Amino acid sequence: MKANSKSKISRRSLLKSGVAATTAAAAGTLGAPMIWAQSNIVLRQSGTGVSAFNEIAAKAKEDLGITMEMTALDSDSVVQKVATQPKSFDIADIEYWMCKKVWPIGNLQAMDTSKIANYDKIVGIFKNGKLTPTSTIAQGTAPHTVSFVEGANGKSFSSEETGWMTMIPTIYNADTLGIRPDLINRPINTWAELLNPEFKGKASILDISSIGIMDMAMVCEAMGEIQYGDKGNMTKEEIDKTIGIFTEAKKAGQFRAFWKSFDESVNLMASGEVVIQSMWSPAITAVRSKGIPCVYQPLKEGYRSWGGGLGIAAHLSGKELDAAYEYINWYLSGWVGGFLMRQGYYSAAVETSKEYMSADEWSYWFEGKAAKGDIVNPQGVKMESAGAVRDGGSFYDRMGSVACWNAVMDENQYMVRKWNEFIAS
Amino acid sequence: MAVLQKNISSILLASPVILVLSAFIIVPIILITAVSFWGSTEFSIYPAFLFDNYEFLLTSDVTYRVFFRTLYFAVLVWAITLVLGFTVAYYLAFFVHSLTWQIICFLLCTIPFWTSNIIRMISWIPFLGRNGLANQSLIEMGIVDEPVEWLLYSEFSVCLAFVHLYTLFMVVPIFNTMMRIDKSLIEAARDAGASSTQILVNVIIPLCKPGIMIGSIFVVALVMGDFITVRFMSGSQIANMGRLISNDISLLQYPSACATAVVLLATVVIMISIMLRFVDIRKEL
Repeated sequence: MKANSKSKISRRSLLKSGVAATTAAAAGTLGAPMIWAQSNIVLRQSGTGVSAFNEIAAKAKEDLGITMEMTALDSDSVVQKVATQPKSFDIADIEYWMCKKVWPIGNLQAMDTSKIANYDKIVGIFKNGKLTPTSTIAQGTAPHTVSFVEGANGKSFSSEETGWMTMIPTIYNADTLGIRPDLINRPINTWAELLNPEFKGKASILDISSIGIMDMAMVCEAMGEIQYGDKGNMTKEEIDKTIGIFTEAKKAGQFRAFWKSFDESVNLMASGEVVIQSMWSPAITAVRSKGIPCVYQPLKEGYRSWGGGLGIAAHLSGKELDAAYEYINWYLSGWVGGFLMRQGYYSAAVETSKEYMSADEWSYWFEGKAAKGDIVNPQGVKMESAGAVRDGGSFYDRMGSVACWNAVMDENQYMVRKWNEFIAS
Repeated sequence: MAVLQKNISSILLASPVILVLSAFIIVPIILITAVSFWGSTEFSIYPAFLFDNYEFLLTSDVTYRVFFRTLYFAVLVWAITLVLGFTVAYYLAFFVHSLTWQIICFLLCTIPFWTSNIIRMISWIPFLGRNGLANQSLIEMGIVDEPVEWLLYSEFSVCLAFVHLYTLFMVVPIFNTMMRIDKSLIEAARDAGASSTQILVNVIIPLCKPGIMIGSIFVVALVMGDFITVRFMSGSQIANMGRLISNDISLLQYPSACATAVVLLATVVIMISIMLRFVDIRKEL
């Protein structure tokens, strides 16, 4: 019986992907007309769930006439797909640490920044690493370190702007711990609270090794247990010690569960199974939209930050390639930025989003000022009432206190092994 | 000549099965075994003949702990589903007298299987949660003051989901063998003065052995190979062999995943062949 239902599902999905493949192939061979609206250009975008919204695909169809097929996967699966199935996607919507991992494989092509209309408006974080001329660069895989390559066929990363980008940056944010203030009832101000025995059986951490290890490092450093040389590039001893501390906590029953996908984190928090956990911004808005209090708690040690962008598959050429550039230019031109900023992210060309947001939305999300009216999420559901202030304050307050970026380490394979043992222990 | 022709026709008749089996079982297993000796870097795998994967697997104490955890779940779930499944089948076969009602009751057992097994499993999560229905009822009835934590994301919830998902695989074959028992055998035993317990132990159970064994093979193989139930119902707090494999695959470590799969496969095959020692299924069917 089980085998039966399984084979049905796989047959159906096989059929589906088969249909998708044929439409894509048809578009590739038959898409002759010059105007996108009259062609059947189909681009397949694979990425993490953070920005795979049907609303964006629908708007792209409306504005550009390009059909976007969005596939949302968890971080590991996206890396796997980009690394091992180069023909299975046209646009990769991935994070910069993933870029560091997959770029050397050669399944993505460098992008000519002279074709990017809003290139000048992209914030400094992605170009020279500096948010403002005076800011210091945080630890980890800072996006600008893997943003540029030497020329169109460059394999190694360049430390300065070359005119050829690995990915065009789209969104980024500063992550911290999410808490349920109604169930904790006291101020939380340090990462160390994640392992506080007070929250035994009510804490959670994400089971994505490359991000989870950074959250762990923030906690261990805040506890004063480990002083890291560079949290984004740990030594074997540092990895052992970090994982050791968390394995002990796990055995003592500190964690209720680990989560891997975005909705799992929402459910854990909304149901009250967990009161403190590593969390992502849209998960916070999702919990709040249910009328449940949830705070994206700024912590004194600073944020763990991440940035994402769009990369173009190496196999794209001709019309599809032009359409991909068109899509990416459109992505930076403001509407998507406004949409994603209502989700709690920031747009790479942040000023272009301003005209697609109301003055109140802009001052709430970007400037960190009190809302004058209701704040709604991207789907139009009311999230905050007048007077609410964004957790962590303004763009410059939040992005200015980044302690480290999501990273891939030199000892990555060792870390992954250790992480596996932590999960299995 | 006639004998030869007969041979050829029987080979031809068997060939579809041979083709299907070799394409979908034998070739994949050979591939998995071959890849388990390959080497891997972070993103790529390359052909080689290395024992690294096995060495890492067999020298890590995490592997052994996970392995015994897998066996532990298999034995526990097998024992519970056996008792439950046998009882249900016994009731259906000997206490429900009309065939129509037997069919109706049997269909009732299968109704939950009309939905996907993942949905059946996940629906336990809100029920068992800290603020779920089970805890609310317990608190309202005054049985406990604080929510019971071990109901969800624990060994208990994993076992519960397994039992829920797989008991039917025990019920069906046992029920099937029970229906074939000649009722006159039971009458004869009763006439000879046997008590109900004696009839159960000396007549029914021995005659049900093939059904019990088939059900056991289903349950043991399913539990040993599972990874998604353990992941969801334990909130990723418990690992079994399947999760080791899925973790490896998600991190592109295919050779190491293959090595784990080969070890798991060998264990399951050994367990099943031991089980088959007790009953000659072919003869009994």
